[in-house]
Amino acid sequence: MLRFALTRLSLVVPTFIGITLLVFVLIRLIPGDPIETMAGERGIDPARLAQLRKDYGFDQPVLVQYGFYLSRLVHGDFGRSIVTHEPVIAEFQSLFPATVELSICAILFALCIGLPAGIIAAVRRNSIFDHGVMGISLTGYSMPIFWWGLLLILLFSVQLGWTPVSGRIAVQYFIEPVTGFLLVDTLLAGDVGAFRSALSHLVLPTIVLGTVPLAVIARMTRSAMLEVLGEDYIRTARAKGLPRFRVIAIHALRNALIPVVTVIGLQVGVLFTGAILTETIFSWPGVGKWLIEGINRRDYPVLQGGTLMIGAVVMTVNLLVDLAYGLINPRIRYTR
Amino acid sequence: MPLLEIENLSVAFPSRNGMLRAVDGVSMTLDKGEVLGIVGESGSGKSVGMLALMGLVPHPGRVEADRLRFEGKDLQRLSERERRALTGKDVAMIFQEPTTSLNPSFTIGYQLAETLRIHEGMDRKAARRRVIELLEQVGIPAAESRLSAYPHQLSGGMNQRVMIAMAIACNPKLLIADEPTTALDVTIQAQILDLLLSLQRDRGMALILITHNMGVVSDTTERVAVMYAGQIMEMRPTQSLLESPQHPYTAALLAARPEASDGGRLATIPGVVPGAYDRPRGCLFSPRCAYATPLSDELRPDLRPWRDGLIRCHYPLGDSTREARRAADGGDSAAANRREAVS
Repeated sequence: MLRFALTRLSLVVPTFIGITLLVFVLIRLIPGDPIETMAGERGIDPARLAQLRKDYGFDQPVLVQYGFYLSRLVHGDFGRSIVTHEPVIAEFQSLFPATVELSICAILFALCIGLPAGIIAAVRRNSIFDHGVMGISLTGYSMPIFWWGLLLILLFSVQLGWTPVSGRIAVQYFIEPVTGFLLVDTLLAGDVGAFRSALSHLVLPTIVLGTVPLAVIARMTRSAMLEVLGEDYIRTARAKGLPRFRVIAIHALRNALIPVVTVIGLQVGVLFTGAILTETIFSWPGVGKWLIEGINRRDYPVLQGGTLMIGAVVMTVNLLVDLAYGLINPRIRYTR
Repeated sequence: MPLLEIENLSVAFPSRNGMLRAVDGVSMTLDKGEVLGIVGESGSGKSVGMLALMGLVPHPGRVEADRLRFEGKDLQRLSERERRALTGKDVAMIFQEPTTSLNPSFTIGYQLAETLRIHEGMDRKAARRRVIELLEQVGIPAAESRLSAYPHQLSGGMNQRVMIAMAIACNPKLLIADEPTTALDVTIQAQILDLLLSLQRDRGMALILITHNMGVVSDTTERVAVMYAGQIMEMRPTQSLLESPQHPYTAALLAARPEASDGGRLATIPGVVPGAYDRPRGCLFSPRCAYATPLSDELRPDLRPWRDGLIRCHYPLGDSTREARRAADGGDSAAANRREAVS
């Protein structure tokens, strides 16, 4: 177990270097630099431009810039935003809870619907329900997130007026951040109205962000269940005279969950990708929207730092998922 | 009242060319405490028939029977709940592959206790005590320390002992053992068979032993049913069946035993068990039978009383008139020609 964890950890360093290099180079391929972008259509005096570029070090060769960046990075300095002059780390920390709150809701939504749907589809394979679930999940998986989000806004927010169009909470509420999760903070503050407002703001983004993971989880659960249901030990469980529910929910599901957990771990990366689009559509003040704004402003430190930290989160979650296998799969626990 | 009455049991699986009959009109009765062997090649329907009795035929198989009674109770009329109360309690089954038959994610202690808690309503403590007792009865050393073991930590032989412990947990009246020793080392096979037989004797439970091994049958059973392509071909007391097989198929099976070999090549039965597409119209064994006549090809024989048992053959081997009747029915030229084509 320890050896396994250490092996996995040793892969972290090269992965990080890869991420920094990729982001560093890619954002510099986008035409325009931060200073020109800030100056906008009015333009800027060439001498001033050259001076500012020199101040920020953009006049150096890219490789040299990268070297400086790395050396600051190993000292824990992620730099400051070119636009707001705030430390990247501080901005990330203030925005990250919003993204996490949304992501957690999305993955819970995906699990609460995807797992039962996949299980029932497997148990009733080739039924109308099965074909329906698989058809819908294929559609959900293939749907572009931004288009899906706009459709939902049009229907539920504009036509029906059931949910707010954008934001995290109605403007009249001000909640002192404690955990950063509005659902929790509003309850801590004892403000029911604010809680309901936060909840109603969460509904559509959760559905939009959760759709792809839901589709993946439903399909994976179905195929894992189908495989497990054909195993000898399921026949044994039935031969013991166990109720059908117990055979499926305990004997089969426990084994089918092993590959499903892997997939859920991998979905964390998908969630962050999706969050970037979802947060932009719903003006959700999270890391995703921040990164999109960073791209528009060519805010190099924000993009570099933000991507790196998201990468760290994804890698950590995947590592935790790998370690969690032991909890659900005794065969791994003892052989590692 | 016999313990088990099966009449005209059929199990069919839908396939592209109609229904594939895995079990085709099987009838048998079993008394309390009796040991019955069911022998046959792979695909002869011996396991599927017993799965049907347990209500475990895999989807989308269809089970039909004129009568399926256990202790006089009509299994086909029971509700799913009543049937479950019987399965695993009064009728228990163990399988060929002990290691894959146990759930890899649960300890053997949990899996054993589960049966007791479901059927006997035992609490955790009582179930635990009983599980230790059961493990000791099936000869697992240091039973208490094995409770927290997972199936992958035990050998195949140990796992089969666990399966047996699980099966006898609620004192079943009938235990069905489906090739219980096939997947085990030769040295362990005899131990497991001895264990099954001593449990059977001590508890007076009936035992159905499914096997393809004639040697296993001769050591353990009182009566044998020989199955072929889903039908019983011959069912007689073990001793007389082994000494003077009446069905050509039984005789061929016995001749194919390694022990029956005279040191030369092992005897084989040419051809294979018919599948869904090449099911003969007449006797199912006729394409592979050395004694088939045009009548065998046309008319499927019924299972009829013969000597001390039942047989499904037009020309039983011990029948003194068989050669005359075979000649009268057209001899074996046609069959011989076709057999050449098969091989």
